Amino acid sequence: MAENEKPKAVLARKSQLKDIIHRFMKNKAAVLGFVIIIVLVICALFPAQIAGPDYTEQNLRNRYQPSSSEHILGTDELGRDMFTRIVWGSRTSLTIGLASIMLACSLGVTIGLIAGYYGKTVDNILMRIIDVLMAVPNVLLGISIVAALGNSTRVLVLAIGLGSMPAFARVTRSAVIMVREMEYIEAARATGASDGRIMWKYILPNSLAPIIVQVSMGLATSILTISGLSFIGLGVPAPTPEWGSMLSSGRAVIRDYPHIILYPGIAIMLSVFAFNLFGDGLRDALDPRLKT
Amino acid sequence: MSDNILDIRNLTIHYVTDKETVRAVNGINLTLKQGESLGLVGETGAGKTTTALGILRLVPNPPGKIVAGEIFYKGEDLLKKSESDMRKIRGHEISMIFQDPMTALNPVLTVGEQISEAILLHQNITPQEALQKSMDMMELVGIEGIRHSEYPHQFSGGMKQRIVIAIALACDPALLLADEPTTALDVTIQAQVIDLIENLKKKLGTSLILITHDLGVVAEVCDRVAIIYGGQIVEFAEIAMIYNNPKHPYTIGLFGSIPNFSVKAKRLKPIYGLMPDPANLPEGCTFAERCPLATDACRQGDIPNIEIEPGHWVKCIHLGV
Repeated sequence: MAENEKPKAVLARKSQLKDIIHRFMKNKAAVLGFVIIIVLVICALFPAQIAGPDYTEQNLRNRYQPSSSEHILGTDELGRDMFTRIVWGSRTSLTIGLASIMLACSLGVTIGLIAGYYGKTVDNILMRIIDVLMAVPNVLLGISIVAALGNSTRVLVLAIGLGSMPAFARVTRSAVIMVREMEYIEAARATGASDGRIMWKYILPNSLAPIIVQVSMGLATSILTISGLSFIGLGVPAPTPEWGSMLSSGRAVIRDYPHIILYPGIAIMLSVFAFNLFGDGLRDALDPRLKT
Repeated sequence: MSDNILDIRNLTIHYVTDKETVRAVNGINLTLKQGESLGLVGETGAGKTTTALGILRLVPNPPGKIVAGEIFYKGEDLLKKSESDMRKIRGHEISMIFQDPMTALNPVLTVGEQISEAILLHQNITPQEALQKSMDMMELVGIEGIRHSEYPHQFSGGMKQRIVIAIALACDPALLLADEPTTALDVTIQAQVIDLIENLKKKLGTSLILITHDLGVVAEVCDRVAIIYGGQIVEFAEIAMIYNNPKHPYTIGLFGSIPNFSVKAKRLKPIYGLMPDPANLPEGCTFAERCPLATDACRQGDIPNIEIEPGHWVKCIHLGV
């Protein structure tokens, strides 16, 4: 009997996750976003296999070529294959995006957790700092940090991470304030759990849903910010392919060769769109108010 | 005196906000002997839960504040202890069962993890041993230990309350505070939970403070009863004394509002009126507004606590009636 019981328990434990996946799958737009994200991730992981290993190969006799069987998306001002560069560009965008969101998430969630849990003066001080950061536009903050520290991938991650951090702090704080009042927190305290333990094991896991959504939304904005910074020449140094800098290099010839800015533009738009759709779908799937 | 595990003297707890001061607990005196169970009976807002939270020093601050009093637990004043000492006492020496089992469990941890948590906090054992012990605890409260890997939402209300009890008892506390453990449960499950608490109390020798508004539950479980009204104990006696010979008009009113099968009555006799606003307590006897015996003398000065027979205290000036 006891042995039969075990798998049943394990099965039931998975059902909550299954519920979430089921709700997510019903949302067609979110699934579309998810599929695009998968494609992006595959491009970022295996660019050499998909589009060839050399994204710097130039052919000056072959500049500004439109789409052809040889270069499916044409070539740019140095005769480099656009398709190759766009595929390799996904790696740049995704790595910097992920790294900066990880930074923003770890900093922001910690600050939001502490501010929301302790409240009062601690909350006031931390959230005012966040307000100051929020008052500075993301791109402006990025420009000043890159201008001060020079442009390398690391500095970009730092600049974009700091810029997205306030959103995480706010989202976390509001979730924590709600969870903090639950009776199981009081019950945990009555068993003698310390503040740190209550925050880590009780409050954080119960506040996770909006944070996960924020990660997805944050990825969209950070991809956009990377492109924006690259467009004005403060992004990833050449010759690393980056969608924003590709846009920038094509803007002088926009009347004659619109395809040079068209394709990277579509790449940026699609990925931002995909992460937003995915985030929206996740929020609906994780929202406990929609659970029956 | 030394056989008292808990000795509360003049405990006063206020909730202070900018607008008003809510005097939730006003000078409560209580003693509890080792192994004894005490019922704390009163209506909503009388200060029962605040008293229990005060013992654990868990009154939410702000706005709550323990204004005065002493709480001696095994001879030491809990109000003078440091926060880290209190953490060692909570769950280990003194445990609490919460009113609503639906919300008292963390939804993202399995019940086994939650019971082990409480054990690991206070005992120096490996997680495996703690898990084994929590499975034993689950068996003790009547749930198969194999279900330790399930989450709270997979249990019914009565079973959740059993889990809450298992957590509270996991470290063999000397004192258990049960805050309306049966209020959120339906009647059949109530009886089971009360039986369970009573049996475990006998088995483990735990002292118990049972907070409730159900005089029937008190009669079944407790040795002594304190009737609490407006943040004060108005009558305090052994169970038989209070049931056979209630003296305070409020206690009499409480018994009067219980349906009696042997007497044919058209209507129950309620206590008319409402509890006074604890932010604005009247002078003198807090019950005077609703009391059939109230005179002008009731509305002024302090009402003395009179011992009308050994171990039976009443806070009323109309005992001659």
